Amino acid sequence: MALPAYAGWGERLWYYTFRFLCFLIFVFLISPILIVLPLSFNVEPYFSFTPGMLAGDAEAYSLRWYRDILTNGMANPEATTGWWADVWNNAQWVRSMRNSFFIGIFATIIATAFGTLAAVGLSRSEMPFKKSIMAILISPMIVPLVITAAGTFKAFSLFGLAYTHIGVILAHAILGIPFVIITVTATLVGFDQSLVQAAYSMGASPLRAFFKVQMPLILPGVISGALFAFVTSFDEVVVVIALGSVEQRTIPRQMFSGIREQISPTILAVATILVIISIALLATLELIRRRGERLRGVTPT
Amino acid sequence: MTTATAETIDDALLKKRLDKAMFRSRLRAFLLVSPLLLFLFVAFIAPIGYFLGLGIWDSTFHNHMPKTTEALRDWNSISEPDEKMYAALVADMVVARENRTIGKVATRVNREKPGSRSLFTSSARKAAKLEAPFKESLPGVKKNWNDIAVWQAMKTASRRLTPGYYAAALDLKLNSDGSFQRQDEKRRIHMILMLRTLQISLLVTLFCLFLGYPIAYLLATLPARTSNLLLILVLLPFWTSILVRTTAWIAMLQSQGVVNDLLVYFGITDDGSRYSLIYNKLGTLIAMTHILLPFMVLPLYSVMKGIPPSYVRAAKSLGATNWTAFWRVYAPQTIPGIGAGAILVFIVAIGYYITPALVGGQEGTMISNTIDDHMRKSLNWSLASALGGVLMIVVLTLYWLYDRVVGIDNMKLG
Repeated sequence: MALPAYAGWGERLWYYTFRFLCFLIFVFLISPILIVLPLSFNVEPYFSFTPGMLAGDAEAYSLRWYRDILTNGMANPEATTGWWADVWNNAQWVRSMRNSFFIGIFATIIATAFGTLAAVGLSRSEMPFKKSIMAILISPMIVPLVITAAGTFKAFSLFGLAYTHIGVILAHAILGIPFVIITVTATLVGFDQSLVQAAYSMGASPLRAFFKVQMPLILPGVISGALFAFVTSFDEVVVVIALGSVEQRTIPRQMFSGIREQISPTILAVATILVIISIALLATLELIRRRGERLRGVTPT
Repeated sequence: MTTATAETIDDALLKKRLDKAMFRSRLRAFLLVSPLLLFLFVAFIAPIGYFLGLGIWDSTFHNHMPKTTEALRDWNSISEPDEKMYAALVADMVVARENRTIGKVATRVNREKPGSRSLFTSSARKAAKLEAPFKESLPGVKKNWNDIAVWQAMKTASRRLTPGYYAAALDLKLNSDGSFQRQDEKRRIHMILMLRTLQISLLVTLFCLFLGYPIAYLLATLPARTSNLLLILVLLPFWTSILVRTTAWIAMLQSQGVVNDLLVYFGITDDGSRYSLIYNKLGTLIAMTHILLPFMVLPLYSVMKGIPPSYVRAAKSLGATNWTAFWRVYAPQTIPGIGAGAILVFIVAIGYYITPALVGGQEGTMISNTIDDHMRKSLNWSLASALGGVLMIVVLTLYWLYDRVVGIDNMKLG
């Protein structure tokens, strides 16, 4: 969309105005995320820049909120022995992080296993009721979270699954399924079914044909689906509020009550760490995409 | 002749075998999907159905006051309650007090006739000592037992299938004869709430469109290397936790926040009169627009990338101005993207919970927050369910519309 040499002044003006508008929109998108980073190093317990920070005074910055992530909730932060064990077992944020990973990983495994299997079935041309089944499988993404949370809470209580890790894991697996279905079916669109038939004709069992032929080819889709499912669980708070007790507190749940009750820059320090995690996830996804393009012989223009 | 018959027999046999093989491969495909379908049905669809059923099915009174329910069935709601009904009521109250379920019953009737809660709890305490005829002794404890409206409320509560909660969710009053009546002007809170939810979702969708369209256009028309780089600026917020982004907006918009600091610095406002940008509807709008913007940009971008630039060039070579070429040739081709993005943003926005709960304050809360309040604070699951049912109807209609416009199998991520 480069500006042609013959453009008149009106066109030039519009061109630069448009670029400026786009620049402002990008600022709107990215500035809140960037603003969190410096504020998390604030020495004062405020959510805003102090004059010292603006002047670049090194005294105005500190790591105290990062230390607070580790020490908050510890039995004895002054202890000399067993400090890390204490952090691991008692620090609030560390426990939430452990819950987040525990719930996220198991929810991802369930969602990815069921979802991949279903996506393979769905992408077969002979699949009956394809559209309606797809609509049902995508629906957890569409149903408002409050309703999902209420329904699972009411029903899971009947089976003693409310306020347990298993309950939260099952609910999160449900929320992750649409993402796995969408990404895996998208990779299966370009999949050549004759490859599997070739494997059958050479005597491979269905299981062997799936794991040795089909799976490696759709793996990028499965991995990005799994990442989506993990992030969904890692970021989810409404279901955790309904289904989880203190024992199931995840990071977003802890942040949620932190924002409501005692707003402290510790939340900003946690937010910074989460931003770094999402950058890492984004980079992983981009690498998978590039690899896929390279394998398919597509080069970026 | 004989060969022809043999051929038809072969044909029939072949057809049968083919049908059988087709059936088997269909079954195999279905079996691959069935574990997930079963799982979703048991752990997702059935629970939601159960929850939504609470809004039209309430068996509290029926279960805990069986004799009264029986006696009320034959009553015509107009004539004076007879001794049999009073006796049944007293007998039930004695049992309900022993089982500690009288509180539930009282709450249930109280919803039909506000103010009748204490009537039940205090009478039940003395019910065991009452003596026949109960038609005289029960009103001796509380005079209100002579009030026919109380009996009518009980009759309404004794029906298990009740439209009362949906009526309440739509700001209607259910009369004892089964007719509906609009609530008084001052008590139409749910209509206000639903209109506000629709208004916020609509505004967020519009803002997302106005902000998303230009950058999707820019991304689609820039060379791939630059646009991939700029796309990261869209994807990073998309992948960042909603809690992080909401927290970030608190830091930006609060009265001592970055935006107000800048406004003071540039002299737009003075230190004493900083703007309240958050904990109100404005805060909800800004934060939700930011959170949902990628949902608009990504479908728009993927549609715009598929539009060949030669169309606009052709229009221009035929003498169209930039304006005409854009509006008559380019913009119509982006409508599928606008449809996909707008419906997606609207669906997600209408059921939004976290952001309104954290930055919405009083006037920025949405229907999800109220549903949550009824579940957690007032413990009125039936009303929560009715409100949820109304929300579900809207969302499912939009989902159906999305399928018609975009097609569910065309949904893409990132």
